[in-house]
Amino acid sequence: MTRTGKLRVQDGLIAFVGALFGTYLTAAQPAAAEELRIGFIAPMTGPFAQVGKDMVNGFEMYMNDVKGDFAGATVKFIVEDDQAKPPTGVLKAEKLIRQDQVHMFVGGVLASTGYALAPVSAREKVVYISPIAAADDLTQRDGAKYPYFVRTGWSSSQPNHPFGEWACGEGYKKIAVVAADYAFGYEQVGGFQKTFEDCGGKIIQKIWPPLGTIDFGPFLPTVKQDADAIFTLMVGPMSLQFPKQLAASGNTKPVLGGGTSYDEFVLPSMGDEVIGHVSALQYSAALENPKNEAFVKKYRAKFGKVPSYYSETNYTTAQMIHEIIKNNKGNFPGQEEFVKQLAALKLDTIRGPVSIDEMRNPVQNIYLKKVEKKKMFGYDKEELWNTVIKTYPNVTQFGQFNKEEFLKTPVYSRDFPPCKFCN
Amino acid sequence: MAVAGLLIALGLITPYTNSFLILLITRALVLAILAMSLDLLLGFTGLASLGQAAYLGVGAYLTAILATKYQFGLGWSFWLVIVFAILIGAATAAVFGLFAMRASGVYFLMITLALGQCVWGLAYRWNSLTGGDNGINLPRRPAFGIQLADDVTYFYVVFGFFVLSLLLLYILVESPFGRSLVGIREREVRMRILGYNTWLHKYVAFVIAGGFGGLAGVLWAHANGQVSPEDVVLTTSVDALLMVVLGGPGTLVGGAIGAGIVVFMREYLSTLVPWWQYALGGLYVLTILYLPGGVLGIPERFRQSGALFINRRIKR
Amino acid sequence: MDTRFWLIQAFNGVSYGALLFLVGSGLSLIFGVMRIVNLAHGSYFLLGSYVALSVIWTTGSWLLAIPIAGVAVALLGLVMERIFLRPLGFDPLRQVLLTVGFALLFQQAALDIWGGDSLDIIPPAALRQSVVIGGLYLPLYRVFMIGIAATIGLILWLGIEKTRMGAAVRATVDDAEMARGVGIDTSRISMFIFALGALLAGLGGVIGGAFLGVYPGLDFQILPVAFAVVIIGGMGSLGGAAIGALIVGLADNFGKALFPEVSYFTLYAPMVLLLAVKPTGLFGRE
Repeated sequence: MTRTGKLRVQDGLIAFVGALFGTYLTAAQPAAAEELRIGFIAPMTGPFAQVGKDMVNGFEMYMNDVKGDFAGATVKFIVEDDQAKPPTGVLKAEKLIRQDQVHMFVGGVLASTGYALAPVSAREKVVYISPIAAADDLTQRDGAKYPYFVRTGWSSSQPNHPFGEWACGEGYKKIAVVAADYAFGYEQVGGFQKTFEDCGGKIIQKIWPPLGTIDFGPFLPTVKQDADAIFTLMVGPMSLQFPKQLAASGNTKPVLGGGTSYDEFVLPSMGDEVIGHVSALQYSAALENPKNEAFVKKYRAKFGKVPSYYSETNYTTAQMIHEIIKNNKGNFPGQEEFVKQLAALKLDTIRGPVSIDEMRNPVQNIYLKKVEKKKMFGYDKEELWNTVIKTYPNVTQFGQFNKEEFLKTPVYSRDFPPCKFCN
Repeated sequence: MAVAGLLIALGLITPYTNSFLILLITRALVLAILAMSLDLLLGFTGLASLGQAAYLGVGAYLTAILATKYQFGLGWSFWLVIVFAILIGAATAAVFGLFAMRASGVYFLMITLALGQCVWGLAYRWNSLTGGDNGINLPRRPAFGIQLADDVTYFYVVFGFFVLSLLLLYILVESPFGRSLVGIREREVRMRILGYNTWLHKYVAFVIAGGFGGLAGVLWAHANGQVSPEDVVLTTSVDALLMVVLGGPGTLVGGAIGAGIVVFMREYLSTLVPWWQYALGGLYVLTILYLPGGVLGIPERFRQSGALFINRRIKR
Repeated sequence: MDTRFWLIQAFNGVSYGALLFLVGSGLSLIFGVMRIVNLAHGSYFLLGSYVALSVIWTTGSWLLAIPIAGVAVALLGLVMERIFLRPLGFDPLRQVLLTVGFALLFQQAALDIWGGDSLDIIPPAALRQSVVIGGLYLPLYRVFMIGIAATIGLILWLGIEKTRMGAAVRATVDDAEMARGVGIDTSRISMFIFALGALLAGLGGVIGGAFLGVYPGLDFQILPVAFAVVIIGGMGSLGGAAIGALIVGLADNFGKALFPEVSYFTLYAPMVLLLAVKPTGLFGRE
């Protein structure tokens, strides 16, 4: 390579880089008065892109409902794609904070993203609201590390504490578990197992197909025949295939599912094999209250599908933010004050009454829902809906347990609670 | 040396830019080290590996585990961690190399992919050690007289390591050993006839690349403050390959330029437009089709077409 | 572990292997004839599923979706080969990298066209039943997969062993230069084989879509598996692809069932071990 050749390239590069710098130096905008800048971090490309889109759609729908006006403050909503990779999420969060000067950032899907973003909020002292990322410890044993972190969705084990008790009530004595092999799976199963075994039930088997498994052939024949029911936790494509393959293998046992197993994100693509399956979550699109009916109808008309909890939680989060700003007469009250007020909030939302506990996780209704095929909300087709069969009000992340006692025990993991009755 | 000039410029200008840009450049420099290690394999030895992320991962996890379980590496011991990471990266490559070196061409590609996936699987399943899919959060960046928590300071540290890596690799490829690697890439059979132990040469290159990967791992862990299985996923290895190809294989600096381009597209362009994936993929495809030498091969292309043009004129 | 367990796991393994054969055979052929490692093969598989979905949505016919999806992907492969891969000449590395680039583009395009929801291909009701033999529930769809794979395998084998075109293909695989020397148009053979490989992948997508689901990310999930099949069996060998598919299917099934702790490694460990012993795969040639 000749010297002139190199120089030409380097010149070009310097010019290019210089132009980059230029855009950056001029990119920082002065903070406008009465402008509320909310950053949103979600996967917009890659395998989780649809989840990200659903989240954004939910949040944006609320903003459109109030015409972008939060009690006098105009909302500037900036969405960044984290591709579901924590390092990218961290970088985007920094960009939102440093360059866009957001007042808060919202989002994150995976537990690892939640764990990556929480320290950013602590370090930069900016509010981070997580509507989806549900890793238990973020508001439990690690809660003190992240004082600017607030959850508006749920913690992984939260819905399954009442669920385990319900299972006892239904007369199930021995349950086999088939759950995705990762932290979210462990926490969902752990919550269920703890309360189920506390009231006399026995978990007799735990099978952990790797995350992303779509052929359950190896696992299904190993399910113990003497189980009364099967508890499963599946996410995404796994939720779709597992019930089908389970049914095809001749299963007749009742099936209980985790929060994401029959969520409306996958329900429309499921077939009749899931009718009768029961799961627990803080939301169901089939909730029969006027707010939810309006929400479902509007969402469906706009986006062509029934809203999942991904959309609802973000809609509600936007509503909560609005409420705080309203209480402050259209002004952002500062980071610490915002967290304090959010942690003290009680609101009537689409999914019922929600308040936030002192460890910054929601206290809310948990709905036990059963998949049924019927017509709802005036739609003329028979479709699959998660009919609510029982409501547990005011469920906290600690369930029926004492907070101090609960925090002393380890976080739910693959081996905790231990499988005493697996032989 | 125009390259030196550009580096100096980068080192001087960056701290005065937008604080987000500093983060971007720091990330790009860390990945540049990884890309350069791959360039040693791909550009110089002719071995395309789809598993470089494994060494980044091993180094990163080592850093995180030492920092959280043993409170080690947050002071002057940071330098020891660097050494350990290089060693563990090299050791992992030494083990993997025994399998990978049995193959060549596409089989080599596949074995390195498989081995990389094994590391991912371990990171994912070995919950007690790696935290599983939650990952490990590092408490803070090291401080030894200087505070690495300050972004500008950390940039300089990373920059220093980058320049050092570039220098060391440059010396390596200019040495007889490096020259023989190129010889192996061009005509392995001939090299063997000449008496070179080509297996050993390739193996050593593989191990060295692993060592640099481990170094990148430490810097990556501290740049992000967190390590998770997402860091060792297949896409990271593919990205490294992209970086080398975009910048220009066999040039070392090309890897750095490629890293800059990919990071820019993934992290900055993605904030501006939603079609950035097409831009990245399209750029990649176009580079392979028309710029086999990558970005750094552009002047050569100009010269070639210029010469062709002149030739045609002369012929008339 | 009673006999029922072994039987059903063997059945599951074979049916999974059948699907893998569909995906892997195309890959093996492409490599055998053109020495191209097609890293966009997973994308072909996924695109086959998506096209099939579109056909089902517009016409309601699952049966029609199968050939249409296959042909659509074959055409795509043809275009890619003619316009992009051919000009590169014989440069395996650049060809590999080019296919990677396309895989990324396809992934984004699929997301933009079909969205990111997890979708499902619903086969006709008849195939959704399970047949019960001796207390064992055998899902008919799995039986169907085995049947289709066997049929296609047979057709391919007959085509390659018994026809003149097949002989030309075999000649090209053995020694392209000699083949050209005796007047075989290797360029057309390459084009044909690439399209055929893409067709097989697309078919695999339609058939597999009902079994695995259709969602973004499936392309990169199925790719290493397809490669495991081809590598174990040996590149360029159809019989090798079949054996490799069977081995991978069975090893994966039994591995996961018997040793769930190492589920992640049941795919890669055999691959690495085999390659360490026989670098070109069981029936491959370099």
